[in-house]
Amino acid sequence: MSFWTTRRRDVLTGYLFIAPQLAGVALFVLLPVGMAIWYSLNDWNIFTGRQTFVGGDNYAALTSDPQLPRVLLATAVFSGGVVIVNITLGLLIAVLLNRRFRGVTLFRTLFFSPVVVSVVAWTLVWGFLLQDNGGINGLLGTVGITGPNWLQHGGTAMASVIITQVIRSVGINMVLFLAALQGVPGELYEAARIDGASSRAIFARITLPLISPTLLLAVIVTVVGALQSFAQIAVLTEGGPELSTTVLVYYVYQQAFEFNDIGYGSTLALLLLSFVMILTLVQWQLRRKWVFYEQ
Amino acid sequence: MSSKSARWGRRALLVGALGVLAIPFVIPTIWMVASSVKPLSEIFASPPSLWTDHPTLAAYTEAFTFQPFARQYLNSVYIAVLVTLITLLVSSLAGYAFARIRFPGANALFLVVLAGLLVPSEVTIVPLFQLFKRAGLINTHWPLILVTALAAPCVLATFIMRQFFIALPVELEEAARLDGLGRPAIWLRICVPLAKPALSAVAILTFLASWNLYLEPTVYITSPELFTLPQALTRFTDAYGGQMWNTQLAAATMTVLPMLVVFVLAQRQFVEGIAHSGLK
Repeated sequence: MSFWTTRRRDVLTGYLFIAPQLAGVALFVLLPVGMAIWYSLNDWNIFTGRQTFVGGDNYAALTSDPQLPRVLLATAVFSGGVVIVNITLGLLIAVLLNRRFRGVTLFRTLFFSPVVVSVVAWTLVWGFLLQDNGGINGLLGTVGITGPNWLQHGGTAMASVIITQVIRSVGINMVLFLAALQGVPGELYEAARIDGASSRAIFARITLPLISPTLLLAVIVTVVGALQSFAQIAVLTEGGPELSTTVLVYYVYQQAFEFNDIGYGSTLALLLLSFVMILTLVQWQLRRKWVFYEQ
Repeated sequence: MSSKSARWGRRALLVGALGVLAIPFVIPTIWMVASSVKPLSEIFASPPSLWTDHPTLAAYTEAFTFQPFARQYLNSVYIAVLVTLITLLVSSLAGYAFARIRFPGANALFLVVLAGLLVPSEVTIVPLFQLFKRAGLINTHWPLILVTALAAPCVLATFIMRQFFIALPVELEEAARLDGLGRPAIWLRICVPLAKPALSAVAILTFLASWNLYLEPTVYITSPELFTLPQALTRFTDAYGGQMWNTQLAAATMTVLPMLVVFVLAQRQFVEGIAHSGLK
């Protein structure tokens, strides 16, 4: 019998087939994470190029950075806001579109279309519309309302980034929810109606539990996506006014590439990574508690 | 019958509500196109209007003269196409192996690959910048191509492909084996052709991911002729740093419209592609 049995050949093929993907992850994800950990333990003088090992100094700086609490607050408000508005709006549109009538495809296309619009182009147009003398205030003016200078006040600037972000991406959740809604067996609705359940009760007791796996997935993906929103902030507000829309991602970029503080920037980046990992783990655990499975 | 008219009323209400809800989804794009053909003096007219009596394409020509916009456009297109092709190849190979071939350590290695989805690209960009600097690849397109084609977007693609191949019936492969086909031939001639829905989902998601990159080009690229579109769009500013709105909106229109046209033509693939990525 030859050395190259089918089994051996299969094992070799398996390794060869996954090799490019594995190499990509090792080289462009795992190695850089390791390097980021090393950088976070060093102070890096960009002008002399000298790295000095400083141990936990950069981590100590996290607690003494007067800007960080505001950045974390902005991050929490932005991510929380995006998730709440996105999931609610996505579910609302999906429920409205989950019935048969003429024009349903047209509406689905309209709500989904911003997803394929370039993030920067989309954000630029909203920046144009939200200026003090821009289109939104112009429209408000025609009905006698003097609109605020949206991007120049903390509260309205944050609301603006959240809303523009949600409108651009809610189509994805809408499609996921629509698919989930269509998977709910019709017999359940009929049985509930025969038993005289109100439509609100049907939604709360049948629809929501049955689509909860999809809801959970959407929440995870949306939070993680919000935590990584860079272009929207950079183009619309540049983190301002003051620090009101400086989310962690933008702060990492500023520290590392504008202030050239590689050590502290890497420490902040690892803080971001830990948030993403904690959120994913927490939601993974919650899954058992509030996700309903048919079997 | 009255129940029939009640149903009509409810339907009209539904369509009305959807129509109002759709406004912020549609108006920005329409406004962008409308403003791009207005003379600069009319862009901030009050009260606002989508109409102009003096349409002009001046902003469109200016977009090409102010920056090497044609070149930047080509950069975005060729990078996205290349990234998509590499990802299709790499993810269909890896996805197939993880789904159908039994080899020692497969599960552990799959978890290692999935870790690539957990790490935001912002976390790795500082070290990657240093790596590419050492390799002499700063201010080239290589970082944009390699990282997108092999890291996070490709991991998502590998995951989608694996889920698809797991669901394929085993009998297909067994029959091919009896006919004497080896693994690579089974993958190429039997499984890949069957995987068109998953492949089109992967292609769409990867193309969009590459097309939208903003942080990466901002960090890696400094020469205007190497810029990609998102980066180029933010650079239409006059000598005083003021934004040249009509030029910017014309450039944005040229960036957005082709994608919208493709989307409307291949709507089903887009929507199913997204649903595919999340459900299984």
